[in-house]
Amino acid sequence: MSAATLRTKGLAKVYRTGAVEVTALRGVDFEAREGEFIVMLGPSGSGKSTFLNIVGGLDQATSGEAWFQEHNLTTMDERGLTLYRRDHVGFVFQFYNLVPSLTARENVSLVTEIARNPMKPEEALSLVGLEQRMDHFPAQLSGGEQQRVAIARAIAKRPEVLLCDEPTGALDSRTGVKVLEALLLVNRELRATTLVITHNAAIREVADRVVSFGDGRILSVSVNAERKPASAISW
Amino acid sequence: MSALQRKLMRDLIRLWPQALAIALVMAAGAATLILGVGAHASLSDTRSAYYERNRFADVFATLTRAPKILADEIGRIPGVSAVDVRIQKTALLDLPDMVEPASASIVSLPDVQPQRLNILYLRSGRLPVAGDEREAVISEPFAKAHGFDLGSTFQAILNGRKRSLHVVGIALSPEFIYALGPWDIMPDDRRFGIVWMSEKTLAAAYDLTGAFSSVALKLLPYASEGAVIEQLDTLLNRYGGLGAIGRKDQTSHAFLDAELKQLEAMSRILPPIFLVVAAFLVNMTLTRLITLEREQIGLLKAVGYGNMAVGLHYLQFVSAIAVIGAAIGIAAGIWLGGGLTRMYSDFFHFPFLVFRIDPATYLLAVGTTVISAVLGAWQAVRGVVRLPPAVAMTPPAPTQYRQFLVTLYRALGRISQTVTMVVRHLSHGWIRTASSVLGIALAGAILVGSLWSFDSVDFMIDVTFHQADRQDATVSFTQEEPYAALYEVARLPGVLRAEPYRSVAVKLRHGHVERRAAVTGKPPGTDLSRVLDQHFTPVRLPESGIVLSDMLARILDTQVGDLIEVELLEKNRRVVEIPVTAIIQGYLGLMSFMDIDALNRLVREGTVISGVHMIFDEEQRVPLLQELKQIPAASFVALQRISLQKFRETLAQNILVMITVYVSLAVIIVFGVIYNFARISLSEQGREIASLRVLGFTRTEASSILLAEIFLIVALAQPLGWLIGSGLAYMMVKGFESELYRVPLVLEPRVFAESSLIVMGAALVAALIVRRRIDRLDLVEVLKTRE
Ligand SMILES: Nc1ncnc2c1ncn2[C@@H]1O[C@H](COP(=O)(O)OP(=O)(O)OP(=O)(O)O)[C@@H](O)[C@H]1O
Ligand SMILES: [Mg+2]
Repeated sequence: MSAATLRTKGLAKVYRTGAVEVTALRGVDFEAREGEFIVMLGPSGSGKSTFLNIVGGLDQATSGEAWFQEHNLTTMDERGLTLYRRDHVGFVFQFYNLVPSLTARENVSLVTEIARNPMKPEEALSLVGLEQRMDHFPAQLSGGEQQRVAIARAIAKRPEVLLCDEPTGALDSRTGVKVLEALLLVNRELRATTLVITHNAAIREVADRVVSFGDGRILSVSVNAERKPASAISW
Repeated sequence: MSALQRKLMRDLIRLWPQALAIALVMAAGAATLILGVGAHASLSDTRSAYYERNRFADVFATLTRAPKILADEIGRIPGVSAVDVRIQKTALLDLPDMVEPASASIVSLPDVQPQRLNILYLRSGRLPVAGDEREAVISEPFAKAHGFDLGSTFQAILNGRKRSLHVVGIALSPEFIYALGPWDIMPDDRRFGIVWMSEKTLAAAYDLTGAFSSVALKLLPYASEGAVIEQLDTLLNRYGGLGAIGRKDQTSHAFLDAELKQLEAMSRILPPIFLVVAAFLVNMTLTRLITLEREQIGLLKAVGYGNMAVGLHYLQFVSAIAVIGAAIGIAAGIWLGGGLTRMYSDFFHFPFLVFRIDPATYLLAVGTTVISAVLGAWQAVRGVVRLPPAVAMTPPAPTQYRQFLVTLYRALGRISQTVTMVVRHLSHGWIRTASSVLGIALAGAILVGSLWSFDSVDFMIDVTFHQADRQDATVSFTQEEPYAALYEVARLPGVLRAEPYRSVAVKLRHGHVERRAAVTGKPPGTDLSRVLDQHFTPVRLPESGIVLSDMLARILDTQVGDLIEVELLEKNRRVVEIPVTAIIQGYLGLMSFMDIDALNRLVREGTVISGVHMIFDEEQRVPLLQELKQIPAASFVALQRISLQKFRETLAQNILVMITVYVSLAVIIVFGVIYNFARISLSEQGREIASLRVLGFTRTEASSILLAEIFLIVALAQPLGWLIGSGLAYMMVKGFESELYRVPLVLEPRVFAESSLIVMGAALVAALIVRRRIDRLDLVEVLKTRE
């Protein structure tokens, strides 16, 4: 069994807006090994995104610990977190978040230019099956294609951790499957620890493990004895 | 090129109209800076180099007559490094191509050794042969005005004798860069020139053999000018010295100084205005851009770009605009500088005047423009830096409008929904609203602050030439003439009325302050050349006592009733104490007046006059002018009507250029502010406006929201613009005030109205351009896109 890539212990997060306090996470203990593909489910507001943001170094925990390999994320400063994101983490968001004024290839270069050991933008794009559309602007691409550009952008740095927040949320079933296939492919090829948040229970079938969130905690974890290929599911 | 730089380029291209509007405001700042600093440097550097090379003197004095031997004694005054004594007179000219009489300052050139000071810059030809009675060098502008060349001849009356002079050289002199004839308000190269002749010839003509009537000194560095002047005056006292002056009182130098001062004021006032407005524009545009690009910023941070890198990206964006603006501005500044220099060469005569800019000035222009952009961007970029990457991933919370303001406006009465939207939106983005109002106000201020001066000049002309000095012409005599000369002039053809005057050079003293001035004596109830009090009503000169112009009174710190010391610089050098009986209005120079008989009694010379003012019958003009040219006793004939007309013509030309420049500058600001404001407003309210259209509002109704916002901003800006503009005008009046001249602060309602009309016109055009975008709003597209 390989070492834990991501690990959290008693991770908690409280948002304060004025006098109102919202507890988003109430002590999450979690571990993910190298190359694992984990699906995270849970009702809206249960703290999934908050969790992902903290382990991705986008946000800071209120208490508890989060570790990436032997690095303690919770004690890192802003600069350390930036470097962590730059060198180790790939993000995929629900709304793609492409820079509209850059072509697909340039959107990927945005990352490869600053990463330590990137692949070529072209290589990343062909991994997600977009070799034909590299010089198109986001506005000239379909939603699924845009999301695949976002995936190419996330994986081009050969990240150890790939974090996806509802990557298929804005897509129809067929397109969603394509995106999912791309995610599974890079998970396999790069052995990146992959965390995918989804509201789509069907997706759980492709994962190694499924983590269910509820009210800021992990309610249950189930291990899939057998993983289905993406092509076998639909919604 | 990195992907981020590509984004920057494409953002610039996508937002080009807004970027250009901002760049133009910056360009105006850079251009006025280049123009002001460049013209100032060109003018003052050229002047210093010219002074240096041609040894422009430091101290000047005129006197009646002193033996040349005195030059040695003058040279021994501590601090004096060189002395040049010469003969200098004013003489009437009779020119073949001109009906009117012209005059010249006749200056001697040493015969034996070369000129020591105020060395001529010979354009062509040579200096006169010693003792040659006909050979003359003439000033280049005068030669050009008459088409004179080497070999041309013209007539001059030297000491009452008419001679034909022969041009052997054409030259310029550092002493006469700005050559203003007596009684003139502006140089007129046709009617006033400089003529240099052999000293021997002039000595013979003016009965000054072995003597001189003018002296120029060069001082050692660090010598005290005041001390030298004092000792020189003591030496020249016995020889009818009229009081020595330093460079600051030398006409040519002083007018150049006044121009330099104006340029300096321009480069202190205008560029900062533009740079401030540019900073506002950068601020509001970037703030909006960043709101729109929140998610992209979050993304950049999420994928590992540091805060600095992202912040820098936006700073580069505005710096790029600033560099474009500065480049346009520098090009425009150089172009305008060339034009200004050409305009200068009409008034200031240098051997060589080019608009040349020190590389440091370019750096200053680019530097200040970029700094203003960065300062404007600062707050917005700080927001970018602070934006936590996670928060950036979530769409911004819906705008929170200020409920209380809306409630307030509602309470004020039944107000339509659109007005509510307008007020709400304006007060929500109050920083943007306030900076837009201030920007438009500054545009108005530039207009008020420049247009007022034309009324002021008109007012000054009206007071000076239509109310005070109402004569058509003035004949100045070479020296005092008996009263009978008045009747001789009055008898000339076409003279309708003639009035004598007497002018005596004096030093006025009160307390520790002392000034050289001329006291003008006039008959008590004059009708042509009148003395006006501070309410512009004619003053009857009292039988005793002296009347001072307000500037002179202020300098001497005297009030009506004070006794001041008057030292006569001519004839007997008596010092008498005379009461100040009135303080009067005067815009040009330092003036003082007395009753002509009282003045003559003071000088103890009997009834003599220095010249005659007259009005003449226009029908008889030609024969009269023919006669005036021939008056042997006259040294100068001022033709106020003609000068005034020429002044107005020149002014009209320059006014057109100046108005074009100032209006363009103001329009650039208005356009930049309104266009950017409207685009931002449209970007924020596009959905609301499209929704109104979907609900069935017409295009006009929908766009009226935006137009109403713009209208409110422009309206609010007007009074503020008037106020700031009036402040600028006041500062200019104070800044330009000198002993040479003073401009009255005249703020006609018309100026405010014109400024507002120009501002509103420009705003309307900008608004209509944006309105076209509203008309073309793709309703489906707007409603579909996520905010
Ligand atoms: N920036 C914030 N400020 C205040 N409260 C926040 C903030 N972000 C999240 N929350 C709150 O924290 C809780 C968890 O939010 P989170 O976004 O993690 O939920 P989620 O599981 O991702 O939900 P969804 O499935 O709807 O995306 C919610 O109650 C939310 O309102
Ligand atoms: Mg979420």
